[in-house]
Amino acid sequence: MSAPAAMDANPVSIRFRDPQIEMAHGAGGKASRKLVEGLFVPLLFGAAPGPLGDAAQVEINGTKVAITTDSFVVKPLSFPGGSIGELAVNGTVNDLAVSGAKAEALVVTYVLEAGLPTPVLEAEVRAMAKAAHDAGVRIAAGDTKVVEHGKADLMYVTTTGIGRMLHGVTIDPRSVRVGDKILLSGPLGDHGITILLARGELDLEADLRSDTRSVLPLVEALVRAAGPGVRWMRDPTRGGAATALNELARDCGLGMVLFEDQIPVRDTVRGACELLGLDPLHIANEGQFLAVVSPEYADAAINALSLAPGGSEAQVIGEVREQPAGTVLVTTLYGGSRIVDMLVGDPLPRIC
Amino acid sequence: MRFVDEFRQPELISRAAEEIRRLAGTRHYRMMEVCGGHTHAIYRFGLKDILPANIELIHGPGCPVCVLPMGRIDDGLSIAQQPDVIFAAFGDMMRVPGTQGSPLEHKARGMDVRIVYSPSDALKLARLNPDKHVMFFAIGFETTAPSTALTMMRAKAEGIQNFSVFCNHVTIIPAIRAILDSPDMRLDAFIGPGHVSTVIGCRPYEWIAQNERKPIVVSGFEPLDILQSIVMLLRQLRAGEAKVENQYKRVVPWEGNRAALRAMAEVFQLRPYFEWRGLGFISQSALRVNDKYAKWDAEQRFDVPGVRVTDPKAAQCGEVLKGVLKPHQCKLFGRECTPEHPVGALMVSSEGSCAAYHSYEHRKAAMVASLSSIA
Amino acid sequence: MCLAIPGKIVEISSDNTRSALVDVVGVRRQIDLGLLQDDKPAPGDWVLIHVGFAMSKISETDALDQMNTLRMLGEIDGAMQEVQGYGLKDLDKADVN
Repeated sequence: MSAPAAMDANPVSIRFRDPQIEMAHGAGGKASRKLVEGLFVPLLFGAAPGPLGDAAQVEINGTKVAITTDSFVVKPLSFPGGSIGELAVNGTVNDLAVSGAKAEALVVTYVLEAGLPTPVLEAEVRAMAKAAHDAGVRIAAGDTKVVEHGKADLMYVTTTGIGRMLHGVTIDPRSVRVGDKILLSGPLGDHGITILLARGELDLEADLRSDTRSVLPLVEALVRAAGPGVRWMRDPTRGGAATALNELARDCGLGMVLFEDQIPVRDTVRGACELLGLDPLHIANEGQFLAVVSPEYADAAINALSLAPGGSEAQVIGEVREQPAGTVLVTTLYGGSRIVDMLVGDPLPRIC
Repeated sequence: MRFVDEFRQPELISRAAEEIRRLAGTRHYRMMEVCGGHTHAIYRFGLKDILPANIELIHGPGCPVCVLPMGRIDDGLSIAQQPDVIFAAFGDMMRVPGTQGSPLEHKARGMDVRIVYSPSDALKLARLNPDKHVMFFAIGFETTAPSTALTMMRAKAEGIQNFSVFCNHVTIIPAIRAILDSPDMRLDAFIGPGHVSTVIGCRPYEWIAQNERKPIVVSGFEPLDILQSIVMLLRQLRAGEAKVENQYKRVVPWEGNRAALRAMAEVFQLRPYFEWRGLGFISQSALRVNDKYAKWDAEQRFDVPGVRVTDPKAAQCGEVLKGVLKPHQCKLFGRECTPEHPVGALMVSSEGSCAAYHSYEHRKAAMVASLSSIA
Repeated sequence: MCLAIPGKIVEISSDNTRSALVDVVGVRRQIDLGLLQDDKPAPGDWVLIHVGFAMSKISETDALDQMNTLRMLGEIDGAMQEVQGYGLKDLDKADVN
């Protein structure tokens, strides 16, 4: 969460009225949005901060830098394809990347639970060091706190990142126009479904790995090839692509129309979603991003992404239209359509 | 064959929709899809967009979460408030509000609440936690009841003492009867519940055709299944027939599943009556655990308050359930009653017609309205 | 009202014939076969799965019949036979997708 600093003198109105914090307030969907906009934003950022992006820009001695922070809470700590340490580095690097910035330095905070085995901690610190090296970012400072046994799930990690603005690109949801193309870097849902399966509670197995990675190389390739045409980017983490696109639709007041047959989803992810009654558009990703690109740059953008390492599955998945305003609509080849809302709470498996 | 994608082929869908348009002509038809799974599929696949306007689909009562009265949720949660009890339920139940909040809200306050995918997973929890009692909050129609029954038979056979079932299983036929008995009901035909019929078969619907003179087609859940069922209903209606037909032959045997019915008969007996949210009390419409399995029946094993909670008067769930009102015609729809804060039953489950309408449809309707006002 | 989806039986556990490993497009789970004891499935059979239990065996013959009926919707009588002839070939194509 971040926003331009704009404290004004008017009294703020607190719209958040839920009596207590529920898990849903952290799930990245509607409830999270309500908490952020109803409580944090009015008290911390003032009344009208404008659209909330993945990172904020601040100016220091005339130089613009991007800054963001993210906390990582994941059970289990490690899972096929990654672990909390990698997520903590890549997540923050990605938040900066989709804000049009290259991560330069990270600050790390560990909250450790008494009783955490040292080898587990060491493995996660090693994973962070490797992820930071791969992403080309320096870990510059850190802090450690320990809480009593039973007060945390082994460990929590918070990373704060500062980044240099990439040249030739400006990210602003309000610059999105009718006719723009919606791009997706690769298949949806790998991370969320991997975690759901790795928890073991559902007794499901599949050959599936989290997609956690730095998307910076793909973002850089996109910006080099189509920078002036890139209007908006977002990494669809918790809440999935549906939530990210709903936020965009609301911020720009236009309709996001997706073509169902163009949305890449692995068969295994689709199978798990069918079995559990989930929608891949609501499932979390950790190594993909969405971009809105003006139509004349769309081909160049897809070409550049497809040629970049890890971008071969990039696709145009939809386009921006005037209607349905403020809404995400998925259309099918046979002419059916459905509205896809933001996620409400956590995605829960259903039987009916 | 994967038995899924084959039934989503765009060109066949378009052709089926064309055939429906041809058969429907200009007459207005009102068809009820009994099952919430069909309601969900109709919205999920956007089938309303390709059906002619004179085919009106009315959403029926077949959503076990929607029809569960709030008092039952309170009762189940009150058992779980006793020390060392684990509350296990399907994900569907987790956000359903009781008077003191939903299972998830109770979990946030410290209750041991677990989401299970299967009743057998709840029994597994009991095996893994011998010092705790696992109470499985069972919901569902005849599709789900046999799985609960078999799980209880396994618990009995293995002598697992720390497991019980809070049984809310309901039966579909009395609910259809209640709807047909409603004086303000005008229906031409029924899209019959496919997965319930894997268990009960097609015979139990014969009275609908014979006595009520309404065609019913037991239907699958893929877009082509639903469209083909509508074609079959239209053919019957045009021929002036009223029969039970089985569109979902690849899955539904005409006679149902004997082994599943035996398991249900072994463990359950009919309740004299049961309260349905929105429909009121319906006689012989639900199952309870019989005395042979009393040890595994949470209602016999624990003190249950059994309090009745009346639904907010302003919510018009009953009218929507019976198809008298469309979801958005309810006074509370989209204002006091939303998927995040459901007031009425039908907003609770993603299968509930109000929730489905809210998620998938109402802004589309608003969009059409705004476009036509411009024009 | 009940989410149930098709899965293919991969293997039936030898020590416990009540359960089987099923595959749903790459996702695998042990499911209970207790409700199919009158008509036991074998590896390779497709079953309908609901809450971890196999509810019924899926008939490929009936599915093929249905596909043929669907292909014939709205066709004039003369064209029917031709379509029926193409039926199986088209279905193979659908399988690959």
